[in-house]
Amino acid sequence: MMDSATIDLLVAEATLLSPRLRRVRLLAADGSRLPPAAPGAHITLMLPGGSGARPLRNSYTLVVADPERGYELIVRRAERSRGGSHHIHDRLAPGDVITASVPHNLFALHSQARKHLLIGGGIGVTPLLSFVTRLRETGARFELHQIASPAETGVFAQLLAARAGERIHIHAGRRDFDSAALLAAQPLGTHVYTCGPAALMDDVIAAATALGWPSSHVHREDFGAAGGEPFMLRLARSGIEIAVADDQTMLEAIEAAGVDTPSLCRGGACGVCLVPVREGTPEHRDHFLSAAERDAGCLVMPCVSRSSSALLVLDI
Amino acid sequence: MATRFKPDETFRDDFRYANSPAAILRFPFPFGEDVYMYGVNIEPHTRAGSSGAFAVAFDVDEHYVAECAERAQALALEPGRCQVLDHMREAEWDTLELIMESLAADYPDLFVLDRHGDDWTWTNRPLGLHQAFRFGDATTLPHPPFEYIVRQAQGDFTLQDQRDGTLYIDGGITTTPADWTLAFDIGMTFHQWHGPVPLAHQAGVFDRALQYLMRVRYGHPARRLNWTMTINPRLDTSPENYPLWGPDRASLTADTIATRLFLRVELQSFFRLPRSNALLFGIRTYLASLDELTRVPKWGRRLHRVMRDLHPDIAEYKGLTRYRDLLVAYLAQFDDGAPTAPGIAPDIAALPD
Repeated sequence: MMDSATIDLLVAEATLLSPRLRRVRLLAADGSRLPPAAPGAHITLMLPGGSGARPLRNSYTLVVADPERGYELIVRRAERSRGGSHHIHDRLAPGDVITASVPHNLFALHSQARKHLLIGGGIGVTPLLSFVTRLRETGARFELHQIASPAETGVFAQLLAARAGERIHIHAGRRDFDSAALLAAQPLGTHVYTCGPAALMDDVIAAATALGWPSSHVHREDFGAAGGEPFMLRLARSGIEIAVADDQTMLEAIEAAGVDTPSLCRGGACGVCLVPVREGTPEHRDHFLSAAERDAGCLVMPCVSRSSSALLVLDI
Repeated sequence: MATRFKPDETFRDDFRYANSPAAILRFPFPFGEDVYMYGVNIEPHTRAGSSGAFAVAFDVDEHYVAECAERAQALALEPGRCQVLDHMREAEWDTLELIMESLAADYPDLFVLDRHGDDWTWTNRPLGLHQAFRFGDATTLPHPPFEYIVRQAQGDFTLQDQRDGTLYIDGGITTTPADWTLAFDIGMTFHQWHGPVPLAHQAGVFDRALQYLMRVRYGHPARRLNWTMTINPRLDTSPENYPLWGPDRASLTADTIATRLFLRVELQSFFRLPRSNALLFGIRTYLASLDELTRVPKWGRRLHRVMRDLHPDIAEYKGLTRYRDLLVAYLAQFDDGAPTAPGIAPDIAALPD
């Protein structure tokens, strides 16, 4: 298994937990074992984007990742949706096959934490559910606070099913939740993990910073910033113009247009793919160029970087 | 193409070791151009690429059975060569699964993995092993899971825990090390264990490499080649055993250098492990004598140019200073001044007679 970028998943079950929360269980469409995944990992589903539109890529945390019993997701039906969550709620049915990325983890439990403090808001409970499963297995010390709308406290209480002696608290709204007081009461060596609305995560991180917590002890959920806004690319010497799609790298677009350009690591580190910029403003995402080189804007690494101007002209 | 194993090879004492013509042609020659300098030469470990050694996740070649015996011998002498810190237990099982899955998929005639839930059965035909065990239950294996599987793989491995914005080397096995030891490095951060390397820190190589490695994703492994030289086909050039091999550097002569000096190439691979989120680092060592390598005309020419023009700090770090003049003088006969094609491939289908 050398380069397994995507897997086809079969919808085995799809059940409503509440009017707006749907649990979906997925198996490998070909009946094989699914890749295992660490707590906090997510997959990206390719969902139909509506009539004629490009497919949507929505990332969802794996609440359960069992190679044989399957992956479990919990999806909230968004008020304003590009269509992804509406598709999952309104149209997805057992027997459907969806293409997904293999699991990726940007929200991992810290191996050296003396205690894990988990703070979730709404559907942000999903990675915390996978954390709780693991922490129960290893017997690690943890405390969980979940903020829910009053109508949904019962659903979350059921999902988290506190065991005797566990510190699991469900708060009906943020009014009675004081993150500063909670963090101030933690023993040294505690790591805090937060997932939920940006306002909640910002509040937890601000409280931790104000109390002098090292940033290495503060973790927030992150699906990564793959892709970005689409833009146009003109290759001055080859005399061609190509569109770089939102989910495509500049390098992939150049290669797809049949232009041969050198590359090696394809991850922004080696510098082999560097190309000169004639016009436009690159959005640098590499780890190779110095601050001065970035500011000069004369070079760009097409394997990871993008453009913040609508058109970028390269000297290749 | 079935590989014919050479179980009688040895990597210490009497040094019975040689590469077949096929093994020479698939040797991962590390120099893609006529000069060498440090850089972030990491690439996706996906395509077959320019060396036969790149074709699969974990390459099994004609030295497999003998290298596994060498590892067993090294561990019998010094069990501490394999160490894994307690918080890496899950990474141990991840490693076992990845190596078993890969070997079974890439060499179905040699290795078979049968799984029913957590009840697994592993068959390793070259080593004559058949093991039923329960995945996740270390009491069902004769060794801890990491040690169990790396005893059946060529090359050293280390396990990195990713935390605090860096990688910590929190476990591994080193029985084929190029003058370093896990016993000293275990628990260090990425920048700490690379501390002794000259020139590369100043060039920012390790900062960039770390950023890349922390972003290696499951299912998207990466690789690079590294190199040094070793006198005799000795895999275990550890600091612990320096008295056994250090003096060899002073023993080369113009008559012996062709057969006794070996280019030592490490095919380094990086795999994200799924359950633990740790990074598995494979250090697979390939050895070929100057006699064997110079049978490929391009490699003979290039090796001469690289060694002649090598930065003295790199030569010193790699331990070549003592015999470098002898080496360059010997290699000069293979360099007719003709240009060499870019890339590491031998550019010939068969060795000249």
